[in-house]
Amino acid sequence: MDIVRLENVSKTYSRRASRQFLRSVLAGWFLRRQKQETFHALRDVSLRVREGESWGLVGPNGAGKTTLLSVIAGLTFPDEGSVEVRGRVAALLELGSGFHPDLTGAENVIVNASLLGLSRKEVRRCFDQIVEFSGVGEFIDQPLRTYSAGMVMRLAFSVAMHVQPDVLLIDEVLAVGDQAFQAKCLERILELKRSGKAMICSSHDGEILRRLCERALWLDHGRVVRSGPLEEVLEAYQASAAAVAPRS
Amino acid sequence: MTQTNYLFVLFNLVLRDFRVRYRNMSLGIFWSLLNPLVMMAVLTLVFTLVLRNTDIPNFHVFVLCGIVPFNFFALGWTSGTISVFGNASLVKRVLFPREIVPLAAVLANSIHFAIQIGLLLALAVAAGYRPSGYWLLLPLIFGLEVVFVCGLALTSSALDVYFRDVRYVVESANTVLFWLVPIFYSFAVIPPAFHALYQYNPVAAVVLACRNIVLEGKAPPASLMWKLTLVSVAALGFGFLVFQKLKRRFADYL
Repeated sequence: MDIVRLENVSKTYSRRASRQFLRSVLAGWFLRRQKQETFHALRDVSLRVREGESWGLVGPNGAGKTTLLSVIAGLTFPDEGSVEVRGRVAALLELGSGFHPDLTGAENVIVNASLLGLSRKEVRRCFDQIVEFSGVGEFIDQPLRTYSAGMVMRLAFSVAMHVQPDVLLIDEVLAVGDQAFQAKCLERILELKRSGKAMICSSHDGEILRRLCERALWLDHGRVVRSGPLEEVLEAYQASAAAVAPRS
Repeated sequence: MTQTNYLFVLFNLVLRDFRVRYRNMSLGIFWSLLNPLVMMAVLTLVFTLVLRNTDIPNFHVFVLCGIVPFNFFALGWTSGTISVFGNASLVKRVLFPREIVPLAAVLANSIHFAIQIGLLLALAVAAGYRPSGYWLLLPLIFGLEVVFVCGLALTSSALDVYFRDVRYVVESANTVLFWLVPIFYSFAVIPPAFHALYQYNPVAAVVLACRNIVLEGKAPPASLMWKLTLVSVAALGFGFLVFQKLKRRFADYL
């Protein structure tokens, strides 16, 4: 059964910054209509993710990976095409949403967990596990501004790892913490995967994708360049990236 | 996410706002009291010692009845307006009902509002006004003002995403309203031709009703209460409608 189904999804953004928007609207009224500059973030993208499948998203910066994940998460809507998602989506597009430096680690955990969709009861049940997983120890009752950047990321990731979604979307956030913590996170994601969750993650790290995903989608300038079994797509992508990179 | 989870998010965002504002201030909660007290002192000084043309007894309590609802209105509306833009990363990256953001901003301000109402009532009692059964109407009246500000904030915060100019419009509107709400003058001096203008302005209506109850010890006129309820609830409904229409493309414009 398809958990995520995208059919011919296209999305364009206006290049005009919104802070000039009033000016451009007024100009449109009083002067002749200006030509809107737009660019395609996604063009004609189709994707089907079945239960228990995990997909890797690859492509250069600005290829449309984050936009694609945002569309699947329902954060933004396509101009053309259709998007269908079954079940609860957890979108880890950014770590530590809602974190505030003046609140303690514990307070931030609660705010962040509720934003990610955990109920009061679930937060209470998972709280100790989250703190334990993050390894920040007695710092949990200190303001977040006293944390090192790595500790903040670890705490954020620990919360994210305790959301129980049907579809997990991860955007470039896997490269956090030290090696031991990364290994712990990968193990946790693999556990979710084994329990039959679908997953889509974008990453520039081929090794991480090899461990997590079987299939991959390669995007460039909003178009699907290739999609299929991970190894095939990854090899083709890396070959093309190497061809562009200057030789040392 | 279920309905109760949304309430939990709202609760957490309000609490976050409140904690952040007070944790770093050595005087903490007293800042909520200091601002209206200073305003009260200045306005009382000007209108009783400098201009000397008022025959209103206990002018300081009278003026505080205007300052407290107006302060909440101005601060709540302003912080509500910039809240969606100010929480851009949240709105772009996390899926939760966006309405929660401006509502949380307004509700966080209503905590200060409650503290200031406490100050107002304490000063009223100290000046010799006796609590009456009508005081039970005060939560309803102030609650309607919160409803009204929520409605305005929903509208203006959604527009602010598309037109950043909206926040400056709100600032100017607040300056104008300071004069159009009977803060330092009474309803009695307003020519009858303008009465409706005041009664249909919920902030003015709250000030008038508050004075009826606290200073005059009587119930506010039913017509005033109806107008206050009507405009406040209509503003909230309109706010939700506008927000609903505009929120689809928030992520594209932030």
